[in-house]
Amino acid sequence: MMEVFDLVKKLTAIDGVSGEEEKVRDFILSQIKDYVDEYHMDHLGNLITFKKGSGKGPRVMLDAHMDEVGLMVSHINSDGLLKFQTVGGIEARVLVGKRVRIGEEGIPGVIGYKPVHLQDSTERNGAVKKKQLTIDIGAKDREQAEEWVDIGDTVSFAYDPVEFGDNKLMAKALDDRVGCAVLIELLKGSYECDIYGCFTVQEEIGLKGAKTASFQVMPEVALVLEGTTCYDVPDTKEQSMSTLCGKGPALTIMDRSVIADRDLLTYISDTAKACKIPYQFKKTISGGTDAGRIQVNGTGVKVATIAVPCRYIHTPVSVMDKSDLENMLRLAKEVLKTLPAAINLYREQGGKQYV
Amino acid sequence: MMECGELLKELSEISAVTGRENMAAEKIAGLFREYCDEVRIDAFYNVIGLKKGQSENPGTVLVTAHYDEIGLIVTGIEDSGFLRFAAAGGIDAKTIGAMEVTVHGSKDLFGVIGTKPPHLIPPEDADKTVKMEDMRIDIGFDGPKARELVRVGDMVSFRFPVQELLNKRLAGKSMDNRSGVAALVEILKELRKVRHEDNVYVVATVQEELGLIGAFCTTYNIRADLGIVIDVCHGDMPDCPSDEVFPLDKGVAVAVGPILNRKHTRACIRLAEDERIPYQVDPEASDTGTEAAVHAVAREGIPVILLSIPSKYMHTPVELVAIDDIVSTGRLAARYIAGRGKE
Amino acid sequence: MFELIDTLTQTFGPSGYEKKVAGTIADLLKGKVDEIRSDALGNLICVKKGSGKKIMLAAHMDEIGIIVSYIDDKGFLRFGNIGGIPPLMILGQRVVFENGTTGVIWYEEDIDNMKNTKLDKMYIDIGANSRTDAEKLVKVGDLAVFVGETVEQNGRIISKALDDRIGCAVLVQLALSRPQTDNEIYYVFTAQEEVGLRGAKTAAFGIIPDMALAIDVCDTGDTPSCKPMAVRLGEGPAVKIKDHSVIAHPKVKDRLINAAKEKNIPYQLEVMLAGGTDAGSIHTTAGGIPSGGVSIPTRYIHDASEMVDIADVENAVKLLAEFVKEMVH
Repeated sequence: MMEVFDLVKKLTAIDGVSGEEEKVRDFILSQIKDYVDEYHMDHLGNLITFKKGSGKGPRVMLDAHMDEVGLMVSHINSDGLLKFQTVGGIEARVLVGKRVRIGEEGIPGVIGYKPVHLQDSTERNGAVKKKQLTIDIGAKDREQAEEWVDIGDTVSFAYDPVEFGDNKLMAKALDDRVGCAVLIELLKGSYECDIYGCFTVQEEIGLKGAKTASFQVMPEVALVLEGTTCYDVPDTKEQSMSTLCGKGPALTIMDRSVIADRDLLTYISDTAKACKIPYQFKKTISGGTDAGRIQVNGTGVKVATIAVPCRYIHTPVSVMDKSDLENMLRLAKEVLKTLPAAINLYREQGGKQYV
Repeated sequence: MMECGELLKELSEISAVTGRENMAAEKIAGLFREYCDEVRIDAFYNVIGLKKGQSENPGTVLVTAHYDEIGLIVTGIEDSGFLRFAAAGGIDAKTIGAMEVTVHGSKDLFGVIGTKPPHLIPPEDADKTVKMEDMRIDIGFDGPKARELVRVGDMVSFRFPVQELLNKRLAGKSMDNRSGVAALVEILKELRKVRHEDNVYVVATVQEELGLIGAFCTTYNIRADLGIVIDVCHGDMPDCPSDEVFPLDKGVAVAVGPILNRKHTRACIRLAEDERIPYQVDPEASDTGTEAAVHAVAREGIPVILLSIPSKYMHTPVELVAIDDIVSTGRLAARYIAGRGKE
Repeated sequence: MFELIDTLTQTFGPSGYEKKVAGTIADLLKGKVDEIRSDALGNLICVKKGSGKKIMLAAHMDEIGIIVSYIDDKGFLRFGNIGGIPPLMILGQRVVFENGTTGVIWYEEDIDNMKNTKLDKMYIDIGANSRTDAEKLVKVGDLAVFVGETVEQNGRIISKALDDRIGCAVLVQLALSRPQTDNEIYYVFTAQEEVGLRGAKTAAFGIIPDMALAIDVCDTGDTPSCKPMAVRLGEGPAVKIKDHSVIAHPKVKDRLINAAKEKNIPYQLEVMLAGGTDAGSIHTTAGGIPSGGVSIPTRYIHDASEMVDIADVENAVKLLAEFVKEMVH
């Protein structure tokens, strides 16, 4: 069980902002090459792997996205400061005073902000606006900055993972390197179903990779492995906490992109109960995952999402509990092992034919 | 062969309100016929031109530019003969007061969008914007006659003769994205001069303004190895952030960002450098909102490049473009396509 | 007709949980069509075989509702919305769960501004004394729908879930009338329309019809000081020109208008500014499917008391019967 936790630490140390997932993909490929029967990379950059089963089960797609939120250089000011756009959803207040790495070379920079002494009263009381922020790489002027940086370079947070507290890990990009780590481990097992392990790209800018991946796989069943929102800090009403850190992997009943397949969801929670694996249902219905794209692929797919609760998601300091990760892996493994029988049962119950 | 400016002038003044491109599909097809081996109009009125490549085993390049335009749709006819309307596509109500329009009823009718004279506006309303639902089109007929000629659901397009300005710049309606269609023709012209290996589909697409619908159809029906999307981007204007607008006459804007294929985009920029085709870099951190977002995830995914022509005052009747930018867009796309077999 | 509408509207079926509605419809159409099947999303697809063109007629089975997100110590339920629910409209409404448990929606009374009330300031009271008490009846993740019985009065029908069980009723009635045509007709009862037109997408992909219609509801402009709209209750089914999801394909629209004119069926033209229909997602499926719609003018859409005119419903059946008979060119 140490393995999956180590994988998360290694994966979160790599930069892979949406559209620039190459380094993450290379690492993943090095880990899974020997455990899958086939793999290929598609035009968008998805890594699609195939593991032949004994032919008894359904076609199963396992999805974890490789990309993380970040920034992109959009303009170089004459004073050498860099303007940027956000890639995926990042709040402006999260960006102030952060350290970043830019482009393939990882040029270091920091995001500065006007000191409180110099702000007028509206600025002091108002929220930070993205347009006020720039990245400082120390360049003297535009000319010098252009030697190091191009417009379009992606920018990631430069934060290394830290283990702290009781079983906790702080890292950037837990969303969704936790899913990638679990998927890598799952591919090391053997199953009766045909398994398509898909490490997808560009989830954070609108679930892009999952669309082309599912079109190629045409699965019957899909499990999406995610890192999800968690806000179990004081002064939050319990109904708004979404998920609780350390209370087991979270199952999504519904979010803005998908209503999980009822039979599959029941089967997953029953499996958790039977194996005495802790689990929880996500309490809020905001956000969306690749499941939303996969479900409406082709003639439709039975989908469910299993996720590790991650505090402070979409920041460089997101936090997870080690036990949630391990329990998610256990649960997903159990589900995959017994899935064929469950799906056959569903078929026998007349899910497909009325006449 | 028509010069680019002349062509754009003609294109700008065509009416093809989004969702009702059947008004103009045949005209666009006519433009393509001069240069293509085959031209057809599909069930959604996408106009598809094919210029065959010389290779025995050709790849497929798909170039799309939408030809629909934003307009209005009649939602009601008052007893007094005035027409109520709503937007078809993204329209800023502030920009359409006192405009001349054509109502596409049982026949084309001239109309104007009336506004309240300043003398009658109470001072407390002076700073308020007028909502579209409070505006009316005046077609000069009374109720019964208006109802005979116009029905709910009839489309309305803007009338605006193209204005030729200094420095080979044109202003008019629908430069978004007839400039792109003009660039398609430029591509075809260029391709006649050179050998190209791949089959090239140039497609003038429909219903972009309603949600990229023509692109959905086209990218599914034509299996392409490379997609090129041509659209407009914002030209530089006062009070606009420097990283979101692009000066006119500085060439085609080549987009970089997650959804755009890195290899092709880089190669395209290198080519522009080598051939001294003026270009600028357009950073797009989101999915761009253009047809490129559709190409990228169509079927197994089409590697896509996005080329944009800077246009000022987008979605107003005075969209303003520089002819040289259109020519450079066409040249860069054509050279890139022609250069493909040689990699 | 009333009995059919009553049965369909009172069957439990919020988005994602349409099985009961599908079962009811399948029972009604058994033996009346050539094939009945369902798919992974829970769409019910009933086929009348034919050698002509494929025509897909879609009406969605799902209705709006709520999902329980949290149960507090005192046994009150917190909830999220399934589909579009204006918070102000649901205050004091009753909801009912699949197991028959009834609840009342109320709000935290210390809020300042009723107009900006959000769902997270509201709760459902099922009369429980504690969390344990409540959990005997309801679990987190359970869905409930609004309560609104079906009433017929003065040629009008008032009920919950007319959006879009009225469309389902139209299709059932049409299928039972067995229109004589060579065209292959797909009566498709779709899932998950209210949460993003999802079921229609996969159903259409499985069929790839030559033409498709969404049979759904549209707003009217005939109530006191309402937003202007040129559709009135009782003046005929509406031929869709535009809604928020689609501009009807010109040929589909014209074919409907011609069918209505030829048979003297009253009809109206619909331009609806807010709200989409399954036509929007069918339209862009695969390489594009020419789509349009026939709408039943409906007052108070997404309220527990929606209202339609029975003549509009019957005329919609007649109009569709004409539409499917004609050869597709």
